[in-house]
Amino acid sequence: MPSSPPEPPVNRQTHNRPMSPSAARHHLGSLAKFLVIALLALGTVSLLLLALGISPATIAITLAKGSILSWQKFGHVLSIFSPLLLASCGLLFTFRAGLWNIGVEGQVVLGAIAATALLRQGSLGLPPGLVLCAAMLLAFVGGGLWGALAGWLKHRGGVNEIFGGLGLNFVAQGLILWLILGPWKRAGIASMSGTDMFARELWMYTPPGWRVAPAALALALAALLLSALLLLSTRFGLRVRAVGLNPLAAPLFAINPARTALAAMILGGGLAGLAGGLQVAAVYHRLLPPISSGYGYLALLVVMLANSRVSPVAPICLFFAALAAGAIQLPIALQLDSALSGVIQGSCVLSALFVHGWRQRLREAR
Amino acid sequence: MEISLATFLAAVAAMSAPVILAALGETLTEKAGVVNLSLDGAILLSAMAGFVVASSSASLPLGFAASAFTGCLVAAVLALIGVSLHQSQVAAGFALTFLCRDLAYFLGHPYARQQGPQLTTLPIPGLADLPFFGEVLFSHSLVVYASFLAIPCCLLFLYRSRWGLMLRCAGENPEACWARGIDPNRVRIAAVVAGGALVGLAGGAFSLAVKPGWGQPQGCEGIGWIALALVIFGGWKPLRVALGAYFFATLQLLGIHFQDAFPTVPAQIFQVAPFPLMIFTLILIHASRQSRGRLSRLLAGNAPKWLGRAYRRS
Repeated sequence: MPSSPPEPPVNRQTHNRPMSPSAARHHLGSLAKFLVIALLALGTVSLLLLALGISPATIAITLAKGSILSWQKFGHVLSIFSPLLLASCGLLFTFRAGLWNIGVEGQVVLGAIAATALLRQGSLGLPPGLVLCAAMLLAFVGGGLWGALAGWLKHRGGVNEIFGGLGLNFVAQGLILWLILGPWKRAGIASMSGTDMFARELWMYTPPGWRVAPAALALALAALLLSALLLLSTRFGLRVRAVGLNPLAAPLFAINPARTALAAMILGGGLAGLAGGLQVAAVYHRLLPPISSGYGYLALLVVMLANSRVSPVAPICLFFAALAAGAIQLPIALQLDSALSGVIQGSCVLSALFVHGWRQRLREAR
Repeated sequence: MEISLATFLAAVAAMSAPVILAALGETLTEKAGVVNLSLDGAILLSAMAGFVVASSSASLPLGFAASAFTGCLVAAVLALIGVSLHQSQVAAGFALTFLCRDLAYFLGHPYARQQGPQLTTLPIPGLADLPFFGEVLFSHSLVVYASFLAIPCCLLFLYRSRWGLMLRCAGENPEACWARGIDPNRVRIAAVVAGGALVGLAGGAFSLAVKPGWGQPQGCEGIGWIALALVIFGGWKPLRVALGAYFFATLQLLGIHFQDAFPTVPAQIFQVAPFPLMIFTLILIHASRQSRGRLSRLLAGNAPKWLGRAYRRS
């Protein structure tokens, strides 16, 4: 693999920069940057829409109607938000350790597979709550093992985590297809529509009129708090950061970069696996080929946009989830493709990269 | 199902043509030290652009030109962010992949499932009548001939021309490049955009020849990732990259034929076969650095030294 790995995902300039004269100015600066990024991204997409003869205002209203203007729709947003937040939290660990964990998508899939392995057996005479907890634990282990495999490939096999992870994503996709069409096929016929539904008592409880399981949301928020705590105020979080910023200097402080990176991969993979577990236990109640809904890849965009910082992750996840949920209305109301949400999400990340680069250039020119 | 060897090989050549174009484009890009991860989305977007332009203008050349231009445009965005502004190439490439994929579906929505022009096969007079070789090599569409020609052209350009030397220098040692009075970042931008044109052509090859038409899914999803894997599998050497493409096309076609023999194994398993093999190759490359076995030397290949790193003049 490349002897010189690609630059770590963390934007060093922003983090290494000495604190600006006053913290207030610093905050004002980041607010201004945020506004510039949002303006650039939404402005570009609006121009594109205008060029196609579509009113951006109509699109904005349709997106809002489909996402935040009713409790029912907002519940749907939250049901996307929960797995997305879990996968993004997982990526925070690996990105801050300087690892491009592209394999997150496969880790979500493996989590879903591991949870399904238990849930499809029925409740086995145990209380359903206990079985669901065990399934979530299995999902964490499944995703964590897949993450560990990518980490091990990098450390012992010299396979860069980008290509190793990418390869493992496709392997995971092959595995899920094989399971659905082979050993776990529906009674009678094998079909791409997935496995049999789980027993009713093993569906994660969703109150009538809701579209999100409260337990799923609670799990995601707990994971966010725990990740923030681990990353920002423990020795482990500091070690992860140190390895990410300078893997060569880390050993001088008695930090083992390989072990820290592996721990980050396992934790990150485990959290992504939980996202997959939620997808089967709370959303679909069975295993489907597109079980991950692409949330692993979407989480990559979230963490890139957050520049690997913890605080912006939840708001960005909520925004992206609202876009994804709102876009479902586009084909119904306006005969447009729902892929527009992805266009907006991608433009946000590209704009952020552009603005970062531009500011650096201005600073250097001074 | 009985088919002759010649028919099988001809199918391999036809199937791997766009993959070869894309993988060679990425080889050029990576030789200059830039990772372009936007391949998968760029292929889809240029496939859409090629189809839409070709069907609304009823002109195939215009369609291919539109595909190549789209590929250049996507690559130029990557070059702006990853080379000129020194941001992470991986981040920019990834964001571009998803942006381009969704943009292709969004913009192409009104054109889905429509009839459009399609490149016909053009047997080369005289040569096409040769036994065996005529069917394997000389009775294809222009896209396949282009893929045959692209391999030696790429080799000659990289290893036998001054520009190729400059390009490799920008990827191996940009400082030396600068010392010789050549701006490595300019070379990189040119290489990225030229590679993007090849990737765009690969997209056009899909929607206008290999899997004609546009829809969701188009059928070329995932090809970009395979092309990226092939560049590593081929050790950044154009000839081995192309051989890798033929190898994987053979595997995939065999997979389709094996389905009769192993009906329980779905075809999708064979579709993912390149990826475990790529991981295995990477491990071998790594192992070959430590041991000097004959097999590992055969498979080894070194990435350009400055691959993925931005160059800033100090």
